Amino acid sequence: MATTLEAPVVRSGRRHRRRRATIVTAALAIIATCLFVLTMMVGSFYVSPIDVVTSVLGLRDDPTNDFIVRDLRLPTATAALAVGLALGLSGVVFQKLLGNPLASPDFVGVSSGASLFAVSSIVIFHASSAAVSGSALLGALLTALLIYVLAWRDGISGYRFILIGIGVSEFMLAIVGYVVSRAQLYEAREAMTWLAGSVGQAGAGELRALLVALVVLLPLALVLERPLRTLELGDDTAKALGSRVELSRLALLAVSIVLIGFSVAVAGPIMFVALIAGPIAVRLTGPSGSVIASALVGAVIVLAADLVAQHLLPTSLPTGVVTGIVGAPYLIWLLATVNREGRGG
Amino acid sequence: MTVTARAEAAPELRPTQRSRAALTTGFVVLVGLLAVVCFFSITMGARGVGLSTIWKAFDDYDPGNASETVIRELRVPRTLIGIFAGAALGLSGAILQGVTRNPLADPGIMGINAGAATFIVFGIMVLGTQSVSTYVWFAFAGAGVATVTVYGIASFGREGATPVKLALAGAAVTAILSSITSAIVMTNVSALNELRFWQVGALAGRYFPVFWQTVPFLALGIVLALGTGRALNGLALGEDLALALGQRVRLTRAIMFVTVAILSGAATAACGPIVFIGLVVPHLARMICGPDYRWILSYSLLLTPIVLLLADIVGRLIISPGELQVGVVIGVLGAPAFILLVRYRNLAEL
Repeated sequence: MATTLEAPVVRSGRRHRRRRATIVTAALAIIATCLFVLTMMVGSFYVSPIDVVTSVLGLRDDPTNDFIVRDLRLPTATAALAVGLALGLSGVVFQKLLGNPLASPDFVGVSSGASLFAVSSIVIFHASSAAVSGSALLGALLTALLIYVLAWRDGISGYRFILIGIGVSEFMLAIVGYVVSRAQLYEAREAMTWLAGSVGQAGAGELRALLVALVVLLPLALVLERPLRTLELGDDTAKALGSRVELSRLALLAVSIVLIGFSVAVAGPIMFVALIAGPIAVRLTGPSGSVIASALVGAVIVLAADLVAQHLLPTSLPTGVVTGIVGAPYLIWLLATVNREGRGG
Repeated sequence: MTVTARAEAAPELRPTQRSRAALTTGFVVLVGLLAVVCFFSITMGARGVGLSTIWKAFDDYDPGNASETVIRELRVPRTLIGIFAGAALGLSGAILQGVTRNPLADPGIMGINAGAATFIVFGIMVLGTQSVSTYVWFAFAGAGVATVTVYGIASFGREGATPVKLALAGAAVTAILSSITSAIVMTNVSALNELRFWQVGALAGRYFPVFWQTVPFLALGIVLALGTGRALNGLALGEDLALALGQRVRLTRAIMFVTVAILSGAATAACGPIVFIGLVVPHLARMICGPDYRWILSYSLLLTPIVLLLADIVGRLIISPGELQVGVVIGVLGAPAFILLVRYRNLAEL
């Protein structure tokens, strides 16, 4: 009796949620695109939005605009977009996979491995910026591998992975702190700037690598979203539902770690984007469809933060300094308001 | 949310409660161990001293004798701060993990370190303060402001400060505060210079004034904390069951957060952000004594200062006559030990 009465209600509720998720995702995509174009418009020389679009798409030949837009501003804008997408995506995958809202890649050690390698190469070896990026990537991947190997015992439990990740992270950060406190002041300053993270420092090579990684891995992440949802229900349930638990978990971890590694190589460890993009997206869309939404939230945060850092502040600062100020108040507002409806957790 | 669901799904991971006699014996052993570690903390270092010198330093102090001065002015205050701050860090970690039912919760997620750091660099930038004794008040104020903000944000809405909201509010406030800190540090070189030493966390260079400034708060917090065991046991059953058992969940939660704020605010003010130890030692205590929070708290009270002082001693000896800050030692030696522990033992879920 009850079930026949409830079925249409449930179905319409589900349809309503799905519609909401689609609308929110589309809106986020539009906002991200607008910010992307806006990043290329403003600066010491204003370029109109139409000129930006025609120049990027190569529709018209205008050497001045082409130089400003394509050579000067496009790399930074692309880096902000790509880094934001990568951070938002891998953050939410980590949080869902490990079942903990605090389990972002920043927290679980991947970024701190990258930081240790990069800071050492700055302070000890006085490396060029390309070498710093390379060592950051190496550090991220090696650390992730180390955590995975250490956490492996007849499979990976989310809980063990997090704790070992924190242990590894703490180990790396202690050495980072030591290196920074022993460095010359100017080296410490350079190291701190790198540690804050900035999309403007991207070299062409690293950026291209990140873009390739995104083009390959973003669709893969969408394919893996279904196994991710079953994994969220717990291993036993996922197995009973026919998921190949270990394989999908490995694939998901690999996707997010590679994305984090490349984004750290491009822009340094921009903090908190991976941590707050997921919760913001979930609160905007409801529980469904949040992987792509979270990637877009990440892109919006990084693009907005870069605009603020470059143009709104009296002195231009690294992007990572501003991401917290741009993203966090929004999360706080969501925490304060959305919870009245009782679905904020 | 998910965390609680998992804890219920894996009851076999919960360690069994040990007998009262065994736990009491263990407690007495730990008291003895703490005394031994204190002795080594006073005697060992770049300048080794004997028992007779310690006696003489307090009974018949001769300001001209360098060994006696070292003991009175350096070793004893730093050992005392180590004991109190260590106990505070361990207790606040245990309470926070119990209240939020999140194994990742440490005072860092409440924004305490970020708040303290922000206020310190702000003090340096605006007032140009450069002494550890002044930092203490700034750090304390920052920790307090951060905690109150986090708790306030998390308490919005019908269901009050749930664990997930607390974790997220803590992360968000930390994000804002760290942004402010980095912005100041990037534009003010002297703030950067002070911050890079403060943020490692150290017991070195903390003299008696710092101890007297922080010890009233630390002592008050420790007393409050030791009284929360029963309430934490109730909360561990889940909010609904705790309510059904007649616990006033919101009130106890609020009291516990005040306690955590006092404890870790004062500890951070005294010796900088030493976080890892507050996260790990409660896990260790839970592994030894099982799920009863009254015992977990008592064991954390003793285990954390032991670990902290040991790390401090190692830091003094390892690159003697120089020193490695205790925060670095805890990270470099403590983290691998923790990893081994996690790998070869099943730690309890919360």
